[in-house]
Amino acid sequence: MIAMEREARALGSIVRRNFHLIRRYLGWEVVFLFYNIVNTLTIGLIGLSLPPSQRATTVVYLAIGALLWNFLSILFQEIANAVSWERWEGTIEYSFMAPIHRLTYLFGVCLYAVLYGLLRTMVVLLAIMFFFHVSIRHADWMGALLVLMGSVLPFIGLGLMGAVLPLISTERGAQATQIIQGVLLLVSGVYYPVSVLPMWLRWFSYASPATYTLEASRSAILQGRSIGSVAGISLELLLSGFILVPLGLWIFTSAERWAMHRGTLKRNG
Amino acid sequence: METDVLNQALALECHHIWKVFSNTNHHGWHRIVTKTEAICGIDLQVPRHQILGILGPNGSGKSTLIRMMATLLIPDQGTISVFGMDVLRHRMEVRRLINRVSVEASFFKKLTARENLAYAAGLYGVPNLRAQQEATRILERLGMPKAKLVIPLENLSRGQQQKIAIARALLTSPTLMLLDEPTTGLDPTSRREVQDFVLQVRAEHDATILISTHDMQEAERLCDRIAIIDQGRFVANDSPTELIRQWGENRGLEQAFFRLTGRDFANEEESL
Ligand SMILES: Nc1ncnc2c1ncn2[C@@H]1O[C@H](COP(=O)(O)OP(=O)(O)O)[C@@H](O)[C@H]1O
Ligand SMILES: [Mg+2]
Repeated sequence: MIAMEREARALGSIVRRNFHLIRRYLGWEVVFLFYNIVNTLTIGLIGLSLPPSQRATTVVYLAIGALLWNFLSILFQEIANAVSWERWEGTIEYSFMAPIHRLTYLFGVCLYAVLYGLLRTMVVLLAIMFFFHVSIRHADWMGALLVLMGSVLPFIGLGLMGAVLPLISTERGAQATQIIQGVLLLVSGVYYPVSVLPMWLRWFSYASPATYTLEASRSAILQGRSIGSVAGISLELLLSGFILVPLGLWIFTSAERWAMHRGTLKRNG
Repeated sequence: METDVLNQALALECHHIWKVFSNTNHHGWHRIVTKTEAICGIDLQVPRHQILGILGPNGSGKSTLIRMMATLLIPDQGTISVFGMDVLRHRMEVRRLINRVSVEASFFKKLTARENLAYAAGLYGVPNLRAQQEATRILERLGMPKAKLVIPLENLSRGQQQKIAIARALLTSPTLMLLDEPTTGLDPTSRREVQDFVLQVRAEHDATILISTHDMQEAERLCDRIAIIDQGRFVANDSPTELIRQWGENRGLEQAFFRLTGRDFANEEESL
């Protein structure tokens, strides 16, 4: 019981620390958010260039892509960069020396990433709703939400695997996480159906959980598919999360052990 | 476990520790692997309640040794135990007993001292309110004005940052404190304050302290025992008076150091 309480306190302090950091870098937060909103609007505007009959659906199609990508990429980025950030500040040895399970530390990082991602995506959503007055009849919002929840876990798993890279090599690792994020953006069909991709890229899109998230939420919102039909996909996403998260954790703890052998935890050298 | 700790006579024991680092450098197409023998067969026993100094020039392996004791680095060979518990097999229990202060005060630089301490204390399960009160008390004693606790850490001087680093370590009431050159880069007044504080901590907290330094006066003033390290090996391990008597021709620790390592410490400092 005392041990649980201790871990819970540690978890809380990690989340709190990150929100404190946001407050200090508020200027940057505002800039990122501004860019996010403008970017999403620009993409949505492409839809308005089409014949009136296709406008509403295209705008929504693109907006779903932009919003989901916004959320999932924040999730991936925050988790993957947690280690780079701490290493850059030089606090990583202190965080990793604390008597808590690595799971607690990583869970704290993920919890923050989800909260922060939701917060930012909400703001962008509000901006979109204010700008584009499109209404979607028959939209199954609950279904879309279900899909979103399902995709949180697999992306956490991917993020954990991404977080390993900076543990292994400081600079190259941080570079690699950017590349991974770029590839996910390309192959997941964020702004187009994956069927337009050349075949060799299609294989990657089958592997990206975001492909399924996007497809399912679009069918829920645009075609108003019933919860029943997307429930299957949410479940599949959830299941892939049950594989990806433990795998990510295992890779992470192995990489930490490797770093403790090689002496790469410390900031310089 | 807790009761076991109290019964242990030795706070720290190292048995034949080795650590070799290999670094890979790329020169064009060539991959050059260099091996650094950082620690070569070190044995050490520190009774509880002692202040042990590790004295050595830059690059002699002080930080590497301390990292291994702090569960941050795994030795290639040998065992380390803290209050009778192996640092690898009982990592969690050992982590609860120790804390470390490093040369560079590693903090979230944009956060205030208060926020940084809250984070650190939280990781150890110390309730926030108690941590804040304790931190204020510790820093007051270190001559740190309260107003400094609420500005970003990057705006504090190195000495002030180092004091906060010590407060961070003390917050978790460690029974073994690992201080890695805690006074390097501090002005003489701050250095003095930190040294006084170390003595006070030992007196009040029933703590065992291991402190690395390259400051002779500091070692002499603080330590019950001094281990002189050179190129990853202990060349002596004795009380300051004995070291001076035996090796220093009664001309001080500096002379003893020079004779033991065969090098002039002052020149060493300049070249690095
Ligand atoms: N993580 C590391 N990777 C590679 N070499 C290292 C690493 N840490 C220390 N070294 C090397 O080991 C030797 C001892 O370093 P260190 O323990 O930092 O010395 P000190 O703290 O006494 O100045 C040095 O030659 C240093 O370059
Ligand atoms: Mg050092």
